[in-house]
Amino acid sequence: MTKQGEILLDKVTRKFGNLTAVNAVDQVIEGGSYCCMIGPSGCGKSTLLRMIAGHEVPSSGRILIGGRDVTRVRTGERGTALMFQNYALFPHLNLTDNVAFPLKIHGLSAAERREKAREMLGRVQLSHLADRMPSQLSGGQQQRVALARALITNPQVLLLDEPLSALDEFLRLRMRVELKRLQNDLGITFIHVTHTQPEAIALADKVIVMDHGIIEQAAHPKEIYDHPHSPYVARFMGGQNVVAGQVEAVAGDSALLRGAEGGRFRLPLRAPAKQGAEMRFSVRRDKISLSPGETAGENALAGRVTNVEYQGTFVKVELATAQREEFVVYLSDRLFFARPFDFGDALVASWAPEDVCQLIGGNNSAGDALAH
Amino acid sequence: METKSKSLSFWLLTAFFVLFVLFLYSPMIAVFILSFQGPTGGMTFPLRGLSLHWFTDLFTSSRYGDLGGAFQRSILLSLLAMLVTVVVSFFAGLGFRRRFWGSGALFYLAIIALVMPGILTGLGIGTIFQTLGLRTNWLVSGLGAHLSWTLPFGLLIMFAVLNRFNGAWEEAARDAGARPVQVLGMVTLPIVFPGLIAVALFGLTLSYDEYPRSLLTVGTRNTLPIHVANLTANVTTPALYAIGTLTTFLSLIVIAGAFGTISLAARKRR
Repeated sequence: MTKQGEILLDKVTRKFGNLTAVNAVDQVIEGGSYCCMIGPSGCGKSTLLRMIAGHEVPSSGRILIGGRDVTRVRTGERGTALMFQNYALFPHLNLTDNVAFPLKIHGLSAAERREKAREMLGRVQLSHLADRMPSQLSGGQQQRVALARALITNPQVLLLDEPLSALDEFLRLRMRVELKRLQNDLGITFIHVTHTQPEAIALADKVIVMDHGIIEQAAHPKEIYDHPHSPYVARFMGGQNVVAGQVEAVAGDSALLRGAEGGRFRLPLRAPAKQGAEMRFSVRRDKISLSPGETAGENALAGRVTNVEYQGTFVKVELATAQREEFVVYLSDRLFFARPFDFGDALVASWAPEDVCQLIGGNNSAGDALAH
Repeated sequence: METKSKSLSFWLLTAFFVLFVLFLYSPMIAVFILSFQGPTGGMTFPLRGLSLHWFTDLFTSSRYGDLGGAFQRSILLSLLAMLVTVVVSFFAGLGFRRRFWGSGALFYLAIIALVMPGILTGLGIGTIFQTLGLRTNWLVSGLGAHLSWTLPFGLLIMFAVLNRFNGAWEEAARDAGARPVQVLGMVTLPIVFPGLIAVALFGLTLSYDEYPRSLLTVGTRNTLPIHVANLTANVTTPALYAIGTLTTFLSLIVIAGAFGTISLAARKRR
């Protein structure tokens, strides 16, 4: 059974000369869900979005929307609408005619399409500016016009290409709320490309983390946060430290690791592990406690404070440890100021084994870890 | 309060500017005034009365040759050159937005006509026509010679215009379901329209007063610039100035028309 607005990507590949921008991506995006695609620039997320919109044709593979194969269907006839990054409002048309443009293409009479466009402008609270030109609007207003123009044809799927990146911080947070509410009201599929982690986590029912043209992990944001698939996902999504060690012993579904500095880490296994193999796990930065000291026991790392940043509700403490990777601890402000630390202090950071997650994917993401 | 006397550089630049303006406009103004010379006046100041004598003389006397015919040919030729320049520059400009095989070479080939001395271009065209056994004609070889001059300009203007054109506008139109012809007619063309007016204006004026490329390519029937140049050799009356005044007015009307079209298009957008 395929639901309206469901998107199925079947081995979708897009090559530009020698460069593979999107590499055999398989994915199902549920109809009516809010999906965020995230990754560094050049990871293939925008190309994937443009292929769903029909502005790019896959080199191979199929794209199905609502059960219909639209791989080669013209853009504008596949039930999608794309909201462009810089909105791409027509500079020669006023707001009403901008919003009415898709209806004009679909052959509606001038009176009919203007009435519908005004109605849609009302929905985004811009009725009073219906006769203005796009250049006379603020960024936030332009964004709402672009949204109205995209929604006027009642698409099954709304595609948003970094819709909030051109706005200032304050407006971005407000529009974020509006987008979520709009998606709730309309019940259609939203696919939102972003490179801002908090945006993806706050909005999405499903986050698709991409790198090098492949999907590293696709899951609910809580799952991505609690159980990152690979070191790349843990590092990119933030809020985690990645710690490496060698498997010393495996006992049932837990393993004992030995760090380069000689420390021992115990962690539950979610994938089989071999003795002697290298393994990485993530530790939530907000679930680590700090105490003065030079030597670390089990599930702990010793280090010196290299940076302290006050963040309002918490304090970010950076440690230099024997691990060759940054190690950051988020302490609640109350805890920190009860016993503050300073640059150069020798500390031991410790955590509970249940707050770590074995990282299954390879350390360097390069197409080796396909998560489903 | 900054009421100090202006600096030296201010006065130097002002003097330079005044000189520039004088140089630009005083010949035109002199020609304008002298065209109203009295019937007994000559080609230089002072004025001997004011009259429209030399204007009526232009239209009634036979000593100016086929002035009306030359004028008609020049108008028709420049309109044709304008039309071709606008159409070709528009599509060539759109084409050059994408890199294609040989696009760099093609661009330089088109631009090189600007560097070539016009008289040589004309000579070359004339020679080739003769070699091929064709007769030079203002509508054929003449038009070709003019296009070698107006097209590169039109293309360069289109590049500047399209530089500020956001390709996402066309994508947004396609996303709304527009077919290529609809994208062109409903988005691309209206947005670059003011730029096309500029191309048209350039095409028209460059062709209308083109002399060196025309000289050896228009054949037996002259265009206005050639005809006027010939007249200067044997006519020594202020009638020449009357021609200048008339064509200047024509140019002003054309420019006013162009600006009018642009602002009309802008008002339609409101």
